[in-house]
Amino acid sequence: MKKLLKNDGVQTFLASLLCIILGMLIGYIVLLFINPAGAGKAIMDIMRNFFNFSNPLMQLKRFGNTVAKTMPLLLCSLSILFSYKVGLFNIGVAGQYCIGVCASLYAALAWHWNWFFCMTFAIVAGAFAGMLVGLLKSLFNVNEVISGIMLNWIILYFTNMTLNKVKEVASPYTLYIDQVNPGAFLPNAGLDKLFNNNQYITIAVPIALVVTIAVYVVLNKTKLGYELRATGLNAKAAKYCGMAEKKNMILSLVISGALAGLGASLLYQTGYMRWECTSASVPAMGFNGIATAFLGGLNPIGAIFSSYFIQHITDGGSYVDKSMYCSQISDLISSIIIYLCGFVFFMKYAFNKVLNKKKEPVNNANAKTDKGGEN
Amino acid sequence: MTLLIQYTLIFASVLILVALGGCISEHSGVINLGLEGIMVIGALGGALVMKFFKTDSSFLMILLVVLAAIVMGMLFSALLGVACINFKADQTIIGTAMNMLSVAGATVFVKAINTAADPNDVSSTIQYNGPKKMFIERIGNFEFNWFMVITLVVLGLVCLFLYKTKYGLRLQACGEHPQAADSVGINVYKMRWMGVLMSGALGGLGGICYILAGVSEWKFETGVAGFGFLALAVMIFGQWKPYRIALVALLFGMFRALSNVYIGFDFLYNLKIPSSVYNMMPYIVSLIVLALSSKHSHAPKAEGIPYDKGQR
Repeated sequence: MKKLLKNDGVQTFLASLLCIILGMLIGYIVLLFINPAGAGKAIMDIMRNFFNFSNPLMQLKRFGNTVAKTMPLLLCSLSILFSYKVGLFNIGVAGQYCIGVCASLYAALAWHWNWFFCMTFAIVAGAFAGMLVGLLKSLFNVNEVISGIMLNWIILYFTNMTLNKVKEVASPYTLYIDQVNPGAFLPNAGLDKLFNNNQYITIAVPIALVVTIAVYVVLNKTKLGYELRATGLNAKAAKYCGMAEKKNMILSLVISGALAGLGASLLYQTGYMRWECTSASVPAMGFNGIATAFLGGLNPIGAIFSSYFIQHITDGGSYVDKSMYCSQISDLISSIIIYLCGFVFFMKYAFNKVLNKKKEPVNNANAKTDKGGEN
Repeated sequence: MTLLIQYTLIFASVLILVALGGCISEHSGVINLGLEGIMVIGALGGALVMKFFKTDSSFLMILLVVLAAIVMGMLFSALLGVACINFKADQTIIGTAMNMLSVAGATVFVKAINTAADPNDVSSTIQYNGPKKMFIERIGNFEFNWFMVITLVVLGLVCLFLYKTKYGLRLQACGEHPQAADSVGINVYKMRWMGVLMSGALGGLGGICYILAGVSEWKFETGVAGFGFLALAVMIFGQWKPYRIALVALLFGMFRALSNVYIGFDFLYNLKIPSSVYNMMPYIVSLIVLALSSKHSHAPKAEGIPYDKGQR
């Protein structure tokens, strides 16, 4: 038991769980302040998400919607964790996601490309945006967080301007893909049948899962991944050992951007959403990716579960009683969770301290109380 | 032309206030990426006072709004302080979380107030048309805003504080070499807390100044459009020196103002450049400027590194 508790993975899992519980608790307290009458029900509605429907077939269909939106979130969180392993905090992922939307929709609606080429174009566009951040960082020593944010805003206005050419006349939204170029939809490949004919379930799901495993393998089992992680742990030491630390930084941001761009195409090429050409901020998907990456313990496999969880409560937010609360309450909860993720390092430290204390016979009395508290 | 000058001055005021906040915090050794969030919360504090407090005295109004913004900014910045100074958390993650927290929190809060007042009102907007006029004195065509004076005073005070007072110099020492500062009896944690709280106060002040700059209502869902990060770019280009920050802020303020008023200039209007391009301008300029100025940076040496007493 003790051995299990000392395992780093187990500790990360416990710490993430604690973050979620505390985040939910604080969210609940906020709800109590706004309106004590419906707070308990509201938090349950958020947790239940699609279970709010009584019909099991309807539940399955709604479950499919959440799954469809989990895939881009998963890729955004992979994007964050990939660059974080190299010691870079790629907050520009929101912009790289946004340029992915721009590229895939413009290729689909204006040039009538096939789905595969639209997707590739989105990946290239995202990679390019990531490369800009990487170049600024390695050549000019510009803080990647600040340049990332600047690029987010530039890309947002660029996307609005570009997609304005393929928007409906009467509304600020882009045209429907199925009316203009159905070939740009990702193929369903029969997967929609599994979710009660939910047309948004496409090959996006297997693509995202395969990419997740690929990221895991690249980071942990290849020479490139080793170099990237070494650069992240100590860039100077990595350079001393003959690793091209600047090239690694740029490469990691290019891959990071490509992942975000792919994520965008996986959502927008299902037809689930259309771009609003008067958007005043970049999609929240990129920022939520930060939450999921840290909540998943910066592990690609963990990211699958954390992305699903964050998307689950984000969608659940739309079921709260609108006469009392607003759906942003789930954004609030996920941002509290990110804030708490900052304490994970400290939690592990405290956890290990308690565990190590148990060994010493002098502190036997303490150990007993500690044990009681833990199990 | 007066309109351009007016907007330039008011946006420059915002940038100066917030950038000085970032500057103090970084001099103490803490990178404050949560400035954007602090601005939102400060703006919320000021806006709430303007919404609920009725008075005819413009002096009292200005005083209370400013105080509310400062207090809210400081309270919110305490989140950064607790996490990054006492618990040695990653300053980048905490800053980002604060930015998200502020927008989500402010939206939930304002929507709750609006919905409580009128069940059909689900917007996240606060209107302050009346009180806004108290901040403005008309001199001909030029709308003079009291925040311009406040900014000048703050700029002077920050210069004095950083370079002429005991605490300012000690604070800077904590950002350059905290171990050395500790060895001569300076409490590094206390100094960093002071830096963070002061940056919170200035960030909050900048936030209320920003939402009073042009409009008379604010939709809190939109946050402050990356202004906190623009201020950080101003700070870096200003090489962490208050007077240089002020000059750079004027330049940035002008580019930001252009996107508001370019229609008033015939030759700019005739170029038929889409408004999105003008919206992008401040960010593009800041990227270029950062690329030019970051190579030889005079950043405080220990910024971003949590202070650990036991470290050699």
